[in-house]
Amino acid sequence: MNALTNMGSTEKGLSLIAAVASLLSLLLYLPDTNKEAVYGLALPLFCIIGLLTAFALYRYRQARDHKLLGGVAVGLISFFGAWALLQSLGITETASGKVGPSFWLAAIAAWALAWLGVERLAAVSVHNKWLQGLLRVTIPVLFGVWLLVIWELATRGFEVPQVLLPSPSAIGARFVSSTAILWVDFKQTFLKAVLIGYAMGCTSGFVVALLIDRSSFLKRGLLPIGNLVSALPVIGVAPIMVMWFGFDWPSKAAVVVIMTFFPMLVNTVAGLSASDTMQNDLMKTYAANYWQSLFKLRLPQAMPFIFNALKINSTLALIGAIVAEFFGTPIVGMGFRISTEVGRMNVDMVWAEIAVAAIAGSVFYGLITLIERMSTFWHPSFR
Amino acid sequence: MQDAILSSESSMQDTKNVVVSTVVEARSLSLRFQTNDGHVDALSDIDLTIESGNFVSFIGPSGCGKTTLLRVIADLEQPTGGSIEVNGVSAEQARLSRAYGYVFQAASLYPWRTIANNVALPLEIMGLDRKERKARIKKNLELVNLAGFEKKYPWQLSGGMQQRASIARALAVEPDLLLMDEPFGALDEIVRDHLNEQLLKLWDKTNKTVVFVTHSIPEAVFLSTHIVVMSPRPGRIIDIIESNLPRDRGLDIRETPDFLSIAQRVREGLRQGHSYED
Amino acid sequence: MNHKEGRFLPVLTVILAILAMWYVGTVFLNTPFQKDIYKRQNQENVSMMTLVQDTMAQERPVLPSPHQVALEIYNTTVKKKITSKRSLIYHSWITLSTALLGFILGTLLGVALAISIVHNRALDKSLMPWIIASQTIPILAIAPMIIVVLNSMGIQGLLPKAMISMYLSFFPIAVGMVKGLRSPEVSHTDLMRTYNASSWQTLIKLRLPASLPYLFTGMKIAIAIALVGAIVGELPTGAVAGLGARLLAGSYYGQTVQIWSALIMASVLAGSLVGLVSLANHFVLKRMGAAA
Repeated sequence: MNALTNMGSTEKGLSLIAAVASLLSLLLYLPDTNKEAVYGLALPLFCIIGLLTAFALYRYRQARDHKLLGGVAVGLISFFGAWALLQSLGITETASGKVGPSFWLAAIAAWALAWLGVERLAAVSVHNKWLQGLLRVTIPVLFGVWLLVIWELATRGFEVPQVLLPSPSAIGARFVSSTAILWVDFKQTFLKAVLIGYAMGCTSGFVVALLIDRSSFLKRGLLPIGNLVSALPVIGVAPIMVMWFGFDWPSKAAVVVIMTFFPMLVNTVAGLSASDTMQNDLMKTYAANYWQSLFKLRLPQAMPFIFNALKINSTLALIGAIVAEFFGTPIVGMGFRISTEVGRMNVDMVWAEIAVAAIAGSVFYGLITLIERMSTFWHPSFR
Repeated sequence: MQDAILSSESSMQDTKNVVVSTVVEARSLSLRFQTNDGHVDALSDIDLTIESGNFVSFIGPSGCGKTTLLRVIADLEQPTGGSIEVNGVSAEQARLSRAYGYVFQAASLYPWRTIANNVALPLEIMGLDRKERKARIKKNLELVNLAGFEKKYPWQLSGGMQQRASIARALAVEPDLLLMDEPFGALDEIVRDHLNEQLLKLWDKTNKTVVFVTHSIPEAVFLSTHIVVMSPRPGRIIDIIESNLPRDRGLDIRETPDFLSIAQRVREGLRQGHSYED
Repeated sequence: MNHKEGRFLPVLTVILAILAMWYVGTVFLNTPFQKDIYKRQNQENVSMMTLVQDTMAQERPVLPSPHQVALEIYNTTVKKKITSKRSLIYHSWITLSTALLGFILGTLLGVALAISIVHNRALDKSLMPWIIASQTIPILAIAPMIIVVLNSMGIQGLLPKAMISMYLSFFPIAVGMVKGLRSPEVSHTDLMRTYNASSWQTLIKLRLPASLPYLFTGMKIAIAIALVGAIVGELPTGAVAGLGARLLAGSYYGQTVQIWSALIMASVLAGSLVGLVSLANHFVLKRMGAAA
């Protein structure tokens, strides 16, 4: 499928790394007298399994033939490694010792095995549609989880100060313990400023696009300006909106309205002129009036463009509302919380708030994509 | 310019008692496009009469104005000189009264509508009720052998089937006049032969008037009762050939001497137009 | 749209209409405050003309008039020394240099990522979904934290802000470049295979040239967003320097004229940067023989 990838050499290299790292880790582990107290038993067990797996993958052809099974197995072994590493990290912390080279070598082995698993799963070609979808989700999830594992291992293993970068587990703990505050902030910023501003901005952009669509003069005049404004740092109007509409959410919603208006305008106008001459001629042969060709031809044709704007705007709206809060708010809101907690060096709270923003942003975007798929199923990109 | 009145009293018009009337009447029609470097005479001094029940083909090299002439009949293009009447009224009035069905080079079906709903499109615009729409969809899809594909989307069909659906869409308006602009140009020859045969049967069955643009000589001769040979720069009519082939013909007619002699005449006409001088 | 008809006249009309609306807005929005002033000064029967004039000459108007903003920009650019802290050019330069540094770093990072994604199937399947998903996350929210954290690590000045610009601008580049590097037709890549070209040769001779239009499209978005990143990055440092700082300081002290002039300046910067990229785009593609 992809002529560029040379699977063999990457896999061999990775299994070599995994084998060497787990072997060295085991060797460094053995002479340690107080080993159980420092690392527990899971770590050496992982090293042995990892060594055997990596060696088998490196040495035997048969082991390399079953991509799907092998990928899943290697992935699971890497997760076992991750679990062993995290567990030994816990023991080390209670024993107030520092993790040594044995730990890091095992981490490298586990990481190499994880990549090996991703590499193999990526090479799998299945014809089952359901399995394909599962793979398409599994691979990035595997990658994402490993990113978190590395983050966790690095911050705790290297004892990175909390102010710099808290570990994912610390952020998670903070998230769980302050759901009340996070919910109030979410309500203020997302449910009020973002959603209301988004709805108003998108609707007005759409309506204005429909209005100027009838005049070629206005279209030619407004489109270049709309395109220009889309590239401008519109977020800068935030202080003005705060002055005009006060500290509470209406000023943030106003920023969101301004930010989302132009992308919607430009995209809708472009979408309305997307129908080709032949289709317009067809409507003409039916002696269709303006509204008939608008509803039957041009609006359906414009839907992909409109959804594009809706998607762009979903991100812009969240950014606009959060940044606008940097310019002054009542004592609630995601942007407010971020800027004040940063000042107090409560970085884990900031990360928890960013996690909320990330989840809200992706769910918002995902919902729009879902609606798009259902309503523009006919578009070549979805068939 | 020769006078180009097409008679319908040709031997081909079989014994059916059809009241013959003039469907299209063009008098010294011309159309000049302004371009950045001067102007182009897309049509020049066209005189043409098409009577009901005829199957008329416009043939000529690209740039001879055959499509433009068809578009003028459909009021998709406005002439800059002369006059054009369709069904005895102006082309615009004819369009507004939905006097014709138009089939484009591409099927031009809406991807977001099923085949049935694509056929329903003009009917919705005309404001027909649901029951009538349903009946017409059924009838016309059957006519083009697409029964059973109502619920499919256009992209799930082959090119030939899509083009058949677009013909059904044009027929659904129940026009007496069918305007077709190289409808089978994008299809391969085997499919094209098949569709030509079906179209001919359809025409025979419904007794509609068909105006058909093509650049294929065999296609024009096989289908038509009258062949209008055109030539470019300026776009004009070179010759109008009346076919004496029987109205009811099969594909094997293409081997007969009659067919070949008409094809020969068309070829000569095209050559006469110096269309290959450059 | 009809390309024969010009765009100059319509655009000019719309701009004039916006200016006119701005003036009308100025009068309307500033009238209440002006009437207050008259009341306090016991002035009565002020003529309409004076009222209109006065609304456009307030020191801290709700909406400053266009000529007030223009005058402020003139005063703070031409009349001030460039090194002065009150010079708008000085502040613009701070923001611009941040944005440019971040943009360059972001472009390099984006291109590098795109190349490795195109050449490695595992990266493509594991990293690409995250790159796309991360576009749905309001990255800008991280800005204050990056600034403060890097500050506490002793990294100050241009770099932390440029990191935000880089972070924002590498997404459009990476996504566009992946598309661009994959844009060559099958027949073109097949041709390379018949030459037994290495993947490096294919990259240099086919994929990179083919990806240039995509690179420029990505760069147009990236430079605009890099500027936004630079402006927002200036907010948490407490209004020291830069256009973002001018916005924040203006909002602290209610200096609306200052806010508007910073805003206009930022828009001019954004417009010229995008224009420059478009110009480079046009020039490069023309050199490559593409129909411009």
